[in-house]
Amino acid sequence: MNLTLKIWRQAGPDASGELVTYQMTDVSEDMSFLEMLDVLNERLAAEGTEPIAFDSDCREGICGMCGLMISGDAHGPERTTTCQLHMRSFNDGDTITVEPWRADAFPVVRDLVVDRTAFDRIIQSGGFISVNTGAAPEAHSVPVPKPDADRAFDAAKCIGCGACVAACPNASGMLFMGAKVTHLGEVPQGQPERPARVLAMVDQHDLEGFGGCTNIGECAGACPKEIPLDVISQLNKDLRSAAFHRG
Amino acid sequence: MTDTLNDTDTLSEYFTDGTPLVDTRAPDVDIAQMWTQAQFDNALVNPANRRKLDVIIVGTGLAGASAAATMGEAGYNVKAFCYQDSARRAHSIAAQGGINAAKNYNDDGDSTYRLFYDTVKGGDYRSRETNVYRLAEVSTKIIDQCVAQGVPFAREYGGLLDNRSFGGVQVARTFYAAGQTGQQLLIGAYQAMERQVAAGTVQEYTRHEMLEVVVVDGVARGIITRDMMTGHIETHLADVVVLATGGYGNVFFLSTNAMGCNVTAAWRAHRKGAYFGNPCYTQIHPTCIPVSGEHQSKLTLMSESLRNDGRIWVPKRAEDCDKDPRQIPEEDRDYYLERIYPAFGNLVPRDIASRQAKNMCDEGRGVGPKVGDFRRGVYLDFAAAIERMGRSAVEAKYGNLFDMYARITGEDPYQVPMRIYPAVHYTMGGLWVDYDLQTSIPGLYAVGEANFSDHGANRLGASSLMQCLADGYFVLPNTIRNYLAKGPFEKVAEDHPAVVEAEQSVRSRIDRFLSINGERTPDSFHRELGNVMWEYCGMERTDAGLRKAIDLIRGLREEFWRNLKVLGTADSLNQSLEKAGRVADFLELGELMCIDALHRRESCGGHFRAESQTEDGEALRHDDEFAYVAAWEFTGDADRPVLHKEDLSYKFIELKQRSYK
Ligand SMILES: Cc1cc2nc3c(=O)[nH]c(=O)nc-3n(C[C@H](O)[C@H](O)[C@H](O)COP(=O)(O)OP(=O)(O)OC[C@H]3O[C@@H](n4cnc5c(N)ncnc54)[C@H](O)[C@@H]3O)c2cc1C
Ligand code: SF4
Ligand code: FES
Repeated sequence: MNLTLKIWRQAGPDASGELVTYQMTDVSEDMSFLEMLDVLNERLAAEGTEPIAFDSDCREGICGMCGLMISGDAHGPERTTTCQLHMRSFNDGDTITVEPWRADAFPVVRDLVVDRTAFDRIIQSGGFISVNTGAAPEAHSVPVPKPDADRAFDAAKCIGCGACVAACPNASGMLFMGAKVTHLGEVPQGQPERPARVLAMVDQHDLEGFGGCTNIGECAGACPKEIPLDVISQLNKDLRSAAFHRG
Repeated sequence: MTDTLNDTDTLSEYFTDGTPLVDTRAPDVDIAQMWTQAQFDNALVNPANRRKLDVIIVGTGLAGASAAATMGEAGYNVKAFCYQDSARRAHSIAAQGGINAAKNYNDDGDSTYRLFYDTVKGGDYRSRETNVYRLAEVSTKIIDQCVAQGVPFAREYGGLLDNRSFGGVQVARTFYAAGQTGQQLLIGAYQAMERQVAAGTVQEYTRHEMLEVVVVDGVARGIITRDMMTGHIETHLADVVVLATGGYGNVFFLSTNAMGCNVTAAWRAHRKGAYFGNPCYTQIHPTCIPVSGEHQSKLTLMSESLRNDGRIWVPKRAEDCDKDPRQIPEEDRDYYLERIYPAFGNLVPRDIASRQAKNMCDEGRGVGPKVGDFRRGVYLDFAAAIERMGRSAVEAKYGNLFDMYARITGEDPYQVPMRIYPAVHYTMGGLWVDYDLQTSIPGLYAVGEANFSDHGANRLGASSLMQCLADGYFVLPNTIRNYLAKGPFEKVAEDHPAVVEAEQSVRSRIDRFLSINGERTPDSFHRELGNVMWEYCGMERTDAGLRKAIDLIRGLREEFWRNLKVLGTADSLNQSLEKAGRVADFLELGELMCIDALHRRESCGGHFRAESQTEDGEALRHDDEFAYVAAWEFTGDADRPVLHKEDLSYKFIELKQRSYK
């Protein structure tokens, strides 16, 4: 199929950017979206134009490294990661706009690459269970009810891609944070630090410049891992009870 | 048996023999006491002194992140590096199936000794007994540690951990979290490491690529990195350096590895004196989604756990290959693994399952679209499982894998059998290390997939995650203290000639990439190298093929340095420049892999030499000649390596030809 691509080009963090139009011919429907960009990049290089910078690593939908706004949708029209989006989701003759994630907390590094280290700093603030290596009790000493383990797992599936932030009109990171708070809050091991964790993470989130959550729900709609919106309610519940305990 | 090996003399044009190598670090006691004894013997570092000792860890996958977290907790001053934008994205995240541990929770006869035995046997008796025993021994603690961190492993209704079994073993010792075990384990290790970042014991450097090791007076004292966002070349000095940089399967271009996986860190260390162990041992994974076309950038693995319930078959007759598989009646299907290996059936080890799939396709009984002249695919069929367990049970167990398959191929695997084909997946070779995980450069350690140890010529499923976490959480922190206890170490000045030289060589390499101004992109060289490697050093190798490959690679390398084209500048994010550096190193490694494969005139594990097989086509080892680790030394000339042999002596396990029949 033939496509018209309008791709965001920006030379560096402080440079101004613009959409540049490229024509693509002979795109196969078996290609992933990123493989289509690979083909374009090989062509650009041959023509002496610098290839378009974009992030990816696993190309299996699990590392969370890829992420593009594709015609206004985070990761494109399907509910998946950009690397797992295949060209069979598009039609011959389509015009597709490709932009980086847009959020103050995710500054653009170059072209389609953004800096998401704010997510790491949120985890540093409390997104863990404190246990030194070698200090762990025998694994079977604490049974975990299967429903709790399953719910913890469902929340733990978050890949930290940032699509929720990019999709949210407020650029809020609540879904990402809710996923972590829910994951760790569902297992017995996570209880001792539960109140402190949520308070610290929310403080860091606000400090990083993410917006507040106004329950729009775009985040859950864009999340490739189908993190449910109710992790945000869980987060708010934990937050209220933690704030109450803190006094 | 057929045995038409060339005489060894003609190999002398490829390498020279060096002095034998021995690993004397394991205590001389019974194998079951060895690790306890070693931990006791290793010197201690007083907590007050730890914060004065600087540790560099390159790589934050399972091996690196667990090591950084543990060393940080112990109070050392750690710097951790990775090339992704976050430590959480290391390639370990992609591991699907599970992690082994000899917990014997099912009381099905598992034990430390049995895990040890299975691993040595699975590795075709080409791994070191001492290391493997230790791995089996600490495996149980890994699960405890991960559970305490909140890793949501699959559980039974009673609240206890669930297990499944994996290829090559007959007990259920694999712990898992749906098909995302690697992700959950890595998130656990990453969180433990981020906790140390907050505590100030670990400093994290993301989007930093290590491009050189600093070796001062024969001892590793630091690294040179490039900040991939700004292009700044930085020197980081320390008292000890640990490489946890993963495997080099991307030398094949198409593999199941993440796009950024590379050999650069290990190869730079090799060029500075670290021996490279068994480079030719590559694991080909039997259950990957077949190649669909020219544009393909990587291959996707379907977890091996699928072989627990899926049945593998091809049509009995080549004429049936283009039929709808659902129209092929039972009696016309060849469930070839169940037929040839009745004891293990679809659960034979990976090397065997891969080779048999290739045999079926070579016979003309492959299925799926033709790529070139061949159909490269066999069926992995869940129809019987769906009937037996019900669709919802299959969905609960494998749902995410089925979704992934559907997304990539556009076919519904609940309706039509999946198609699978082998692909490059894992590299058992890597930097040679001793029992302490120290390379042949003092002060330089290698952990996880970056080292050669533990898996021999073939890795059993779910054993890499186990090794990475064993190394990072339990082994390295205990062995490295023996080295660090020799401190405090004299500080190295930033203007020491060895430091300046290392930094200068990085700068001039980058300048060279940017100034060649040729015609071909790094990717085009990489793809071509990958084809050569797959064709001649892939699933099956021959003497003539390997010699040809070496010539082709030499030619390609020559062209690379003459005709490479890298656009852009050195002082910004430049992905072509990053690739150029990696491809340059792959071009040297590829040749060493072929030389290693050429010299090893036996078939073992992930190395199948066509000239060495039994009458019924099974791999034939030659223990009398080749029961050693091949540790290669760089001589300054990539075409003339030196071979050091470390003899493998089996004191606790009897050497046997592997048979899964
Ligand atoms: C698809 C797939 C599924 C798998 N499934 C399983 C499974 O079920 N069970 C199992 O046991 N094993 C499995 N494996 C194998 C296993 O995942 C890997 O062997 C293991 O995770 C490797 O971990 P590691 O820590 O050694 O390296 P990696 O996780 O690869 O980490 C390497 C680290 O080094 C960094 N790095 C590399 N080079 C540089 C450089 N030059 N400068 C700076 N940083 C650098 C990277 O940024 C990264 O942080 C699977 C592998 C694949 C491909
Ligand atoms: S919650 Fe979903 S969209 Fe947000 S970072 Fe996690 S996986 Fe991505
Ligand atoms: S590249 Fe890893 S999720 Fe897309």
